[in-house]
Amino acid sequence: MKALDKKFVRLKREQISWRAAQDIEDGSYVNLGIGMPTLIANYVDKEKEIIYHSENGILGVGPAPKKGEKDDNLINAGKFPVTILKGGCFFDSSYSFAMMRGGHLDMVFLGAFQVAENGDLANWITDSSLILPSVGGSMDLAVGCSDVRVLMNHTTNDGQPKLLKKCVYPLTAKNVVKRIYSDVAVIDIDSKGFIVKEMIEGITKEDLQKLSGAELRFADDAKTLIAPEL
Amino acid sequence: MINKVVYTMEKALEGLHDGATIMVSGFGDAGLPFDLVHGVLDTGVKDLTIISNNAGTHHRGIALLMQEKRVKKIVCSFPRSSGAVVMEEMYKKGEIELELIPQGTLVEKIRCGGSGIPAFYTKTGVGTPLGEGKEVMTIKGEQCLLEEPITSDFSLIKGRMADRWGNVLYDKAGRNFGPVMATAGRITVVQVDQVVKLGDIDPENVVTPGIFVDRVIQIRSKI
Repeated sequence: MKALDKKFVRLKREQISWRAAQDIEDGSYVNLGIGMPTLIANYVDKEKEIIYHSENGILGVGPAPKKGEKDDNLINAGKFPVTILKGGCFFDSSYSFAMMRGGHLDMVFLGAFQVAENGDLANWITDSSLILPSVGGSMDLAVGCSDVRVLMNHTTNDGQPKLLKKCVYPLTAKNVVKRIYSDVAVIDIDSKGFIVKEMIEGITKEDLQKLSGAELRFADDAKTLIAPEL
Repeated sequence: MINKVVYTMEKALEGLHDGATIMVSGFGDAGLPFDLVHGVLDTGVKDLTIISNNAGTHHRGIALLMQEKRVKKIVCSFPRSSGAVVMEEMYKKGEIELELIPQGTLVEKIRCGGSGIPAFYTKTGVGTPLGEGKEVMTIKGEQCLLEEPITSDFSLIKGRMADRWGNVLYDKAGRNFGPVMATAGRITVVQVDQVVKLGDIDPENVVTPGIFVDRVIQIRSKI
């Protein structure tokens, strides 16, 4: 894998988030999962009006508060302090999950351990029985929204593929992922499996296939993915 | 005359018993009635089942109850958290029973418990370890799991203000599970920063109607 990596420079988390941000349409209701997806808000065009939903009961989540202005009752799903925009509102958890499961959100961005070619998502637990299992709202988010997208590195730290024929880790939800933003490509999932839409500079189709655990197809109009330095 | 306001923790938690099931509002620390939970500790009750979104952090609130061996079982969606040292340790040693439920299913089970709905179906959890052993039904071509409601002996809620009829207003995202858990408690106790006169809460702004609330206690919380 090391030899492969010398030919191209993988995107940083910020750049993956930047790329995902480009796909959010003005006026969308969006939930950003904990971890890398929360960075997306930093890179959305300021001209766009996006309403962010937080599962703990906020619509219109704003940026982190200024120093000294944090409020213990104003946190996001990751339990970090946030602010609320003018026009935002608070509601209880039942209402919040009605928004999620009821299909009212336009887009959901999540992190993942593994994604399978049929759209199966594994993002809540690995195979280690030592770790305290925690699921939160991830299963509800994944089944409730018709446009679930994943941000993740293309491979694990030790080079194992995360795009697979079948997930090895326990599932979060079946057949839900529509698009993956990885550190080397943008890949859609359709009824036939993975289809590559964009690849970073310097990587070949063969390289990308080697990094993946399932067969890739390449869109006829596949583009080069160029992200700004961030 | 109706007056649900109580002035001591003893009155607020009167009737709490060993083996009780207690719902505790809150998401992380937001909206968590720390003083009521510490009051539970002081009553000396044990073998409790706690239903809450998280399993406490550091050595306070739910974590303190667990550390003092009062909790037999915890029902939650996200026990892992930075600072959830007590839960991590007890889980590893097998000293606590954990029932993990997806958050949306958890809140819906509570909602149904408080609303007299005997069961519901949801797509959440199908094909996952959390769906194993549950009855599956195909509805409009989609597999769904059958889920049953839950209720509590005591629901402990944190609000911002309440009146003597038990009408409650919350504070920002501290609202979270409060309004739903308030409906599902055989006894619902609300800890508020401020008790106000009848009429001081605009009827348009009442979030939890007093019919769901049994006791209100004003606490200038230092936690």
